[in-house]
Amino acid sequence: MEPILQIKNLTHTYGVGTPFQRSAVEDITFDVYNGEFLGIIGHTGSGKSTLIQHLNGLLKPTSGQILLHGRDIWAEPKKIRDVRFKVGLVFQYPEYQLFEETVYKDIAFGPMNQGKRGEELDHCVREAARLVGVRDDQLEKSPFELSGGQKRRVALAGVMAMEPDVLVLDEPTAGLDPAGRENLMANIRDYHRNKGKTIILVSHSMDEIARNVDRILVLKSARVLMSGAPSEVFQQAGELLSAGLDVPQITRVARVLKERGLPIDPAVYTVEALEEQLLALRKGGGVC
Amino acid sequence: MLKDITLGQYFPGNTVAHKLDPRTKILLVVLYIVALFSAKGVVTYAIIAACLALCVRVSNVGVKQLVRGLKPVLFIILFTGILNLFFTPGERYLVEWGVLRISDTGLRNAVFMVLRIMLLIMGTFLMTYTTSPISLTDGLERLLNGLKKLRVPVHELAMMMSIALRFIPTLIEETDKIMSAQKARGADFESGNLIQKAKALIPILVPLFISAFRRADELATAMECRCYHGGEGRTKLHVLKYERRDYVALTIGAVILIAVIVLARFGL
Repeated sequence: MEPILQIKNLTHTYGVGTPFQRSAVEDITFDVYNGEFLGIIGHTGSGKSTLIQHLNGLLKPTSGQILLHGRDIWAEPKKIRDVRFKVGLVFQYPEYQLFEETVYKDIAFGPMNQGKRGEELDHCVREAARLVGVRDDQLEKSPFELSGGQKRRVALAGVMAMEPDVLVLDEPTAGLDPAGRENLMANIRDYHRNKGKTIILVSHSMDEIARNVDRILVLKSARVLMSGAPSEVFQQAGELLSAGLDVPQITRVARVLKERGLPIDPAVYTVEALEEQLLALRKGGGVC
Repeated sequence: MLKDITLGQYFPGNTVAHKLDPRTKILLVVLYIVALFSAKGVVTYAIIAACLALCVRVSNVGVKQLVRGLKPVLFIILFTGILNLFFTPGERYLVEWGVLRISDTGLRNAVFMVLRIMLLIMGTFLMTYTTSPISLTDGLERLLNGLKKLRVPVHELAMMMSIALRFIPTLIEETDKIMSAQKARGADFESGNLIQKAKALIPILVPLFISAFRRADELATAMECRCYHGGEGRTKLHVLKYERRDYVALTIGAVILIAVIVLARFGL
């Protein structure tokens, strides 16, 4: 697989030369592969938000490089807008960025900036709205009449409508109720499955990350602590816990079961996987 | 870019300038401004500049920070200077260059005008640098207390001011966030002519206003939940009290003001 984004020795320091100088990300290197669903997890202040704002060139690295399709995004600073269209970034609480008179116009803001007009524009907007589950009759409403969850969807559609190669989502489900969370994540999964586009999901909910992504990058105090497939990362659950990070609830259950003497693999991170193991045990030895 | 705004910024410290009662400082600034506008010649300006220099020295505020405060009004200063320099009629002309003529009074006026604005801004900034916004509004409220008899809503005005000051950093942060979010959608704030640039601000201003209203609403609810009902019968946690140093500072200020006014009478 070929990397679509390469982050090389990225460092970002705020307030250089002042007493408040502090590195938000330090010497971070990783690749993002085409079509993968990557999760980034870390504590508040671990550098997640700073990191992702580098991916579309909102922040300029203090040192290090970001390559998109093998090209340094800062090679031509004047063309940084093109990078923003290719790497779509959805901020935390994106519903606060809505401003247009109608939902349709708001979703169209990004693609219009790309220069899309007429039928192409209409197609992008309707497709994006469909992907996040915004109904046709809502398109002509004012975005401010919608509920919080629906506003969030509209904001998400506003970025999806630019048809970016990489979609970066910063805590897309923060502040939603459990049903709303699952619903929105299902939409995002569908988008990933149908479009085959790369997604980077930033979250601090281990459960959400574990259930959705192909690969996890764990950040701790501005550096990469570990990275790998969920099964690999949760194998090191002890290390995660001692770093002050959480593990999925079901992994915690499995660890306790293992401690109590059940011969199971504690690196499970979905309810289904643990269920399977327990059922297998029951059939085999009758331990349970 | 937005973080450069120093308006109302407070540098904590433990000097005499910090410890003075906010009312004293407000009164001193008023005296200072009156003196500044009565000053006529080199001597009086020198006295005022020396006073400011002394206060800066005492307050431990860096000269750099003080000068940085001048940056936003640089244009006004230059504009006043140039206007005075070229368009003041006088008896003797030092330079004549087509329509542009510099007279001796013009040069004098320009220099003093620029000096006056700079001293004015630096003096008031020194107060905000050494006084936290909260104690500043507190002091203002107490100073204007007498106006309550004239049915001026002093407490409400002071409360409005503290709330406004409190929300400046919040709104700046919010603006930054919204700008980033719209940039991520390809918004372009730099290129284009004036009208296009003004139009490009809509995606920032609309969300900003909406969130400001939302915040105001939430704050009002929160205040009501804690039984806020205006200033009547409300007591203070920190009651302001004049100390010896306040009387001393006010006396010195008054003496200097009188000296400046007298000297200005003689055109010095």
